[in-house]
Amino acid sequence: MAWNEPGKDDKDPWGNNRGNDGPPDLDDVMRNLKNKLSAMFGGSGAKNSNDQSSGQGGAIGLGLIAAVIFVVWLASGIYIVEPAEQGVVLRFGAHTDTTTSGPHWHLPYPIEKVEVIDVEQIRNIEIGYRTTGGRTGSTILSESLMLTQDENIVDLKIAVQYRIKDAAHYLFNIRSPDLTLRQMTESAVRETVGTSTMDFVLTEGRSAIASGTEGLLQSMLDIHEAGLMITSVNMQDVQPPEQVQAAFADVVKAREDEVRQKNEAEAYANDVVPRARGAAFRLVQEAEAYKSQITAKAEGETSRFLQVMKEYEKAPTITKERLYLDTMESVYSRTQKVMVDVSKDSNNVLYLPLDKMRGGSSEASARISPESLLNSNPATGTSSSSSASLRDDARNRGGR
Amino acid sequence: MSSRMNVIIFLCLLALITAMTSVFFVDQRERVLLLRLGQIERSDFQPGIHFKIPFVNEIRRFDGRILSFDATPSRYLTGEKKNVIVDSFILWRIADVSAYFTSMGGIEDRAQLRLAQIIKDGLRGEFGKRTIQQLVSGDRTTMVDLIISDANKIATKFGIEIVNVRIKRIDLPSEVSTSVYTRMEAERERVAKTLRSQGAEEAEKIRSDADRQRTIILSDAKRTAEELRGAGDAKATNTYARAYGQNSDFYSFYRRLTAYQNVFTSDDMLVIEPKGEFFKNFSGSSVK
Repeated sequence: MAWNEPGKDDKDPWGNNRGNDGPPDLDDVMRNLKNKLSAMFGGSGAKNSNDQSSGQGGAIGLGLIAAVIFVVWLASGIYIVEPAEQGVVLRFGAHTDTTTSGPHWHLPYPIEKVEVIDVEQIRNIEIGYRTTGGRTGSTILSESLMLTQDENIVDLKIAVQYRIKDAAHYLFNIRSPDLTLRQMTESAVRETVGTSTMDFVLTEGRSAIASGTEGLLQSMLDIHEAGLMITSVNMQDVQPPEQVQAAFADVVKAREDEVRQKNEAEAYANDVVPRARGAAFRLVQEAEAYKSQITAKAEGETSRFLQVMKEYEKAPTITKERLYLDTMESVYSRTQKVMVDVSKDSNNVLYLPLDKMRGGSSEASARISPESLLNSNPATGTSSSSSASLRDDARNRGGR
Repeated sequence: MSSRMNVIIFLCLLALITAMTSVFFVDQRERVLLLRLGQIERSDFQPGIHFKIPFVNEIRRFDGRILSFDATPSRYLTGEKKNVIVDSFILWRIADVSAYFTSMGGIEDRAQLRLAQIIKDGLRGEFGKRTIQQLVSGDRTTMVDLIISDANKIATKFGIEIVNVRIKRIDLPSEVSTSVYTRMEAERERVAKTLRSQGAEEAEKIRSDADRQRTIILSDAKRTAEELRGAGDAKATNTYARAYGQNSDFYSFYRRLTAYQNVFTSDDMLVIEPKGEFFKNFSGSSVK
């Protein structure tokens, strides 16, 4: 441990290291003392025969030794408190003063003692786990598992950082403040978690648990004047217990599934609705086009008719004749035809080998049975319609 | 001469030893008991320097700070007759050194053992009045205060003051925690199912809404389209009627001719009886 342990209070706190830190005049005193001693013993050795002078020299020497010892004794009360430290001065065991950073002097031992405590160093307590060698190591289930308000169990790891607020309180009020703080932390965490539901602890309540613990802990420390101050409480990890983690993971997955389903449906909607709008627009446009088309067609046709009619009315007979003949000419010249004079001998059965007469193009229809011709089969649409019209014509003429 | 010197030195040493044995320091964190031949003489020392008679008086030192004692976890029955394992710790201090010395012999372990019993009794009483729910989430401070005040009535006889009792853990025994886990699992399953079906519900809503929109949009458009077509047809009909009505005879003639033109294509075969207007001169009758 790097800090000053309270258990070491019986060790002379200004011993070896403190003495060396003393002001430079201490060194001078020591050097003087050495010189004086060597001179004195050297002198007494030389003048061994002269008792009186030796006695005088011895008395002076003893006085000097006493003076030097006294000075050294006084100087041993000098100590330095570093910026991160506090010095607690005890006079005959009673606390008289707490000193802050800088050089100080106390009445030398055994009148006064000083205990220097590092108050800035941040100390650490881990609940539910132990860090070993810089890595977050083994979990301690007996510490980390705790009951929530709704009688569920959560696995929670928390770290508390603290430092000494008041060195005197730290030393004098509780025997083992660090150990006691650990116990208090366990108690405070569990109390805080015990008043929260599991969902809260696992989700949004992490910081609330940490700050609740911190408040509880600090008030507990203050009641007992432990001289400690919590600097931070960090929730390291909070999880459902290992036994039920799969179920919890499934809920997370379910939440994802929910979002995914929604997104898929929205994608569908985003696909379908604009397409429908497009199709609708097309429908309207087509209708619009039809309207324009049919109107224009009507106008064109009627215009044509009216113009022809105007001319027709000027010479009705001849125009009618001409138009008729022109049309029939055009029709007959375009089509194949068979002339039959039925009226002369109507008893005869007329046989027309239509298939053969129509040549190459009729071969396809020749293979088709009459039944299939009656059915309006779309596969044979062209030929059947032409055959049908043919048959109709034949029937009309036969009936006439 | 040198013997006188020795006597002086001896006297000095004797004085020093006497001074050292008749003086004692009381540390800030200590409680000190002064005994005279085994009898308690004084116990209310303030920290600092004090005097005693060498060899007659004897001092006993005790820790005056708050001591913490971690009680062993033990089982308690709650109000609904459930077992819980409770781990607690006790903060205590020596309040009356002479009473502590006479009753406990000044031995800390003995005191802690006695304390543990007292607190256990208190906890048992309070736990029996409460359900687990109340114990876990209820106000621990008031419960603990009750226990402390009761326990202190006994503890003061031993010169002990109980400063605080804190419950560290309230745990369920392992067989109960298994069933808690099962319950938690079932609960999670329920949540997962709810979430999934909610997702399906939402998805179905969105899809059907989209379908509805599509149908409405399309049928609206169809209506508009038919309306437009109707308007077009009406206008065309009107145009035709107005134009053709001017000379219906000529129209019927003219229209038929157009129809003939359109009906017969080059693929058609006509079986014709050479009669009618067109074939009037075909047989040559009118030539004569």
